[in-house]
Amino acid sequence: MKLNINNTIHEVDVDPATPLLWVIREQLGLTGTKFGCGIGQCGACTVQLDGLAIRSCLTPIQAAADKEITTIEGISDQDTGLHALQKAWIEEQVPQCGYCQSGQILSAHALLSKTTSPTDEDIDMAMNGNICRCGTYSRIKSGIKLAAEELRNTSTIKILNNGEVD
Amino acid sequence: MGKWTRRAFITTGVLTGGALVIGVAIRPGNRAGKVKDLIAGEGDTVLNIWLKVNEDNTITVIVPHAEMGQGVHTTLPMMLADEMDADWKTIKMLEAPGNKEYANYAMGKGFLMGPKDIPSILIGTVDGFFLTATKQISLQMTGGSSSVRFTGMFAMRVAGAAARAVLLEAASEEWEVAAEELVVKNSTISHPASNRMAPFASFVVKAANLSQPAKPRLKTSEEFTIMGTSPPRLDIPSKVDGTANFGIDVVLPNMKYATIKASPVFGAKAKSLEASAIKDMPGVHKIVNLEGAIAVIADGYWLAKNALNALPIEFDKSDHDTVGLNDIYDKYLRDMDIAIAEGNEEKDVKKGSIKDIFKEATNVIEAEYRVPYLAHATMEPMNCTALVKEDGCEIWVGSQNPLGFADSIAEVLDMDKENVVVHNQYLGGGFGRRTVPDVAIQAALIAKEVDYPVKLIWSREEDIQQDHYREANVSRFKAALDPKGMITAWNNQFVFKHDPEEAPHIPYGVDNQFIHYTNSETHIPWGYWRSVDSSMHAFFTESFMDELANKANKDPYQFRREHLTNAPRFLKVLDLAAEKSNWGEALPANWGRGISLHQSFGTIVAQVAEIEIVEDRLKVHRVVCAADPGFAFHPDGFNAQMESGIVFGLTAALYGEISIENGAIKQSNFHDYQMLRMEESPKIETYIVTSDNWPGGAGEPSTPCIAPALTNAIFNVSGIRIRELPVKNHELKADSKILG
Repeated sequence: MKLNINNTIHEVDVDPATPLLWVIREQLGLTGTKFGCGIGQCGACTVQLDGLAIRSCLTPIQAAADKEITTIEGISDQDTGLHALQKAWIEEQVPQCGYCQSGQILSAHALLSKTTSPTDEDIDMAMNGNICRCGTYSRIKSGIKLAAEELRNTSTIKILNNGEVD
Repeated sequence: MGKWTRRAFITTGVLTGGALVIGVAIRPGNRAGKVKDLIAGEGDTVLNIWLKVNEDNTITVIVPHAEMGQGVHTTLPMMLADEMDADWKTIKMLEAPGNKEYANYAMGKGFLMGPKDIPSILIGTVDGFFLTATKQISLQMTGGSSSVRFTGMFAMRVAGAAARAVLLEAASEEWEVAAEELVVKNSTISHPASNRMAPFASFVVKAANLSQPAKPRLKTSEEFTIMGTSPPRLDIPSKVDGTANFGIDVVLPNMKYATIKASPVFGAKAKSLEASAIKDMPGVHKIVNLEGAIAVIADGYWLAKNALNALPIEFDKSDHDTVGLNDIYDKYLRDMDIAIAEGNEEKDVKKGSIKDIFKEATNVIEAEYRVPYLAHATMEPMNCTALVKEDGCEIWVGSQNPLGFADSIAEVLDMDKENVVVHNQYLGGGFGRRTVPDVAIQAALIAKEVDYPVKLIWSREEDIQQDHYREANVSRFKAALDPKGMITAWNNQFVFKHDPEEAPHIPYGVDNQFIHYTNSETHIPWGYWRSVDSSMHAFFTESFMDELANKANKDPYQFRREHLTNAPRFLKVLDLAAEKSNWGEALPANWGRGISLHQSFGTIVAQVAEIEIVEDRLKVHRVVCAADPGFAFHPDGFNAQMESGIVFGLTAALYGEISIENGAIKQSNFHDYQMLRMEESPKIETYIVTSDNWPGGAGEPSTPCIAPALTNAIFNVSGIRIRELPVKNHELKADSKILG
């Protein structure tokens, strides 16, 4: 089966029912995506399928074939380095233990791709599936607002993954 | 701050193999030479046991504690770098190797003796004793909110100052000028009079020839240039791009994966399984029966988990198969009653005579409180990777106690301790859970059965149901009030006592006190849980204080103030929390405020919670937190820990409940062991009080206060007194009559 992860095509030979999480981590070695609960309750395993935040621990790889999969390893910009969210996370000193943060950033990334000026309620709704046991919620919220502002202030032209201009 | 660290306990500067090594007052023997081999790369020079100066004049600080989000991999190097006058921008951090030479004597001394002033003549002896003692108990522990207040104060600062002193002396000899004429700044030494300047690294050879003991002077807080500032944490960049390596991320050649199911009733044994049970399962390699648990090894976690689920695993009957939480509470109460009847209570505090007071008192108040068991639920489920060979074992794990893990594994594998190597990784949450070596022992026993490395990963269900729990507890109070509304007697009984010692103690001036406890054994494993005993005692004592205030017809804040006339540090923190929370000012309808005050791990914390009850729903809007840690070495990191501890404690207060049914844990995952989420997370404001006291901890002290601040606020708006956590089990309704 072929998987398109971070714009790279990977050929994997596993049971099509295998959750995407374990293929990403164990077959492809992209360990930035984390295992937290296995039942879609905590959001540590969040990745994006065609730009939507999903729980990879519950998503069989057969449901991810033919879709663009984005993980934490794929959101930084090759030219400008870290994504605005990652920069904001450093600026606000968000992570503590850091284990949930890949999932948090992927959920936030999906929010900002739809909503350029999210309200507190927008953020609560988008982030409610992601648990942080260290309680970094208020800093995550500040980080999202800071990144949104940064993104609004930079280029309004978005280059899509396939090279088309949005 | 404490006086005695200003006395030098650097005893020797030692030259071995052309490198300068400074031991930090370790006797007997000198361990500097041995340690050098472990941490020095080619071309580097070990300057002392806690740091090395690299050829390019960068400095690597060796930190003997695990990073689990508390920022210790940044704050400890800051303490050393400041004393050394090193350039912060060139500081690198290396976690100490899991080796006996790093048994953390500074922490052992801090815990066992506290920051006492030790006569200088005894310092060598005392340090020698603590090195020996900590080696024996393998104390390389990260816990007890201790890193800064013990390791930082006893080791890091002194080592930095000693390194500076030796380099300064070398420069003085090299340039033939008085040390007093030299200036040390940003890892360089200069002599303004002759316009000379050179980096630290250029004096290393000269420094290596010095044999006189260093006598470092520690800075006063006015001289700090790095301590007390908040540089970005060194571990954060790797935690935003997915590159941080947690225990669960370890990848080794030929590694396979395992998962495990242990007996739901603690202590029962698994019945044997035929090895052929997995023969039709592709990618599944082996069943390992660890007596109390069955593990499956496979090509991946998911395959191992599916195989485990499919196997007909059965456990033997045990004596605890019918035990429920109420049985445990009944036993507690029985044991408490027996202790009183037989007069064999374990005495914690005894002052004056409560008997005489209660005999005469007319206003006597009694209350009983309960808290349930709690699991840690670190975001990273328990895991450990092990490779066992005939002559040794290596493990890769995120541990709060790497040497303790090594010792436990050496014991079960019947190996010499020296042959067990622990590669410590980032911890995806610790909170005390990662002090227990259970998963590492399992991993080693599983890996022993095969000739390849095995990564054992627990399911979340296993993580919740095989924890070492904060215990359920019962606390009974009886107090007397005099006609002026002052407390004249305080009687408090509970079960068990662990840490911190001060957890059940009250700061309030009450002349007659009897605080006592009883042990009441259960089959549920106990473990350190963020703030340990304080996680419940602050709820007990501060709720009861609120009840007394109500009985005395006094404002809860003023009532506490009146009992703090001889405790100015506490009073200051309490006043600050009240002031910043606008205590006494009117709130909107259905809103309430609650206040609490508690000291733990050397830090005094007061909190005010501001809540709203809409219909039967509770909303925590704002928490004001005032804290006196003596000095906050990294104020932003301290604030982050206060925020974190409050969310952790609020989660437990609102939802935390591990219950026991048929001898086993009822809850299994985040759907029934609920966590606070972003939309429920309150606005948290932290205010730091700087005092001249020995530094207190940061990781734990904010957790205890939030439960009573919350339940006192609930009482304030509803008249409902919550005497048993969690809050979710209570029906709430605002009462407009009591507002005003």
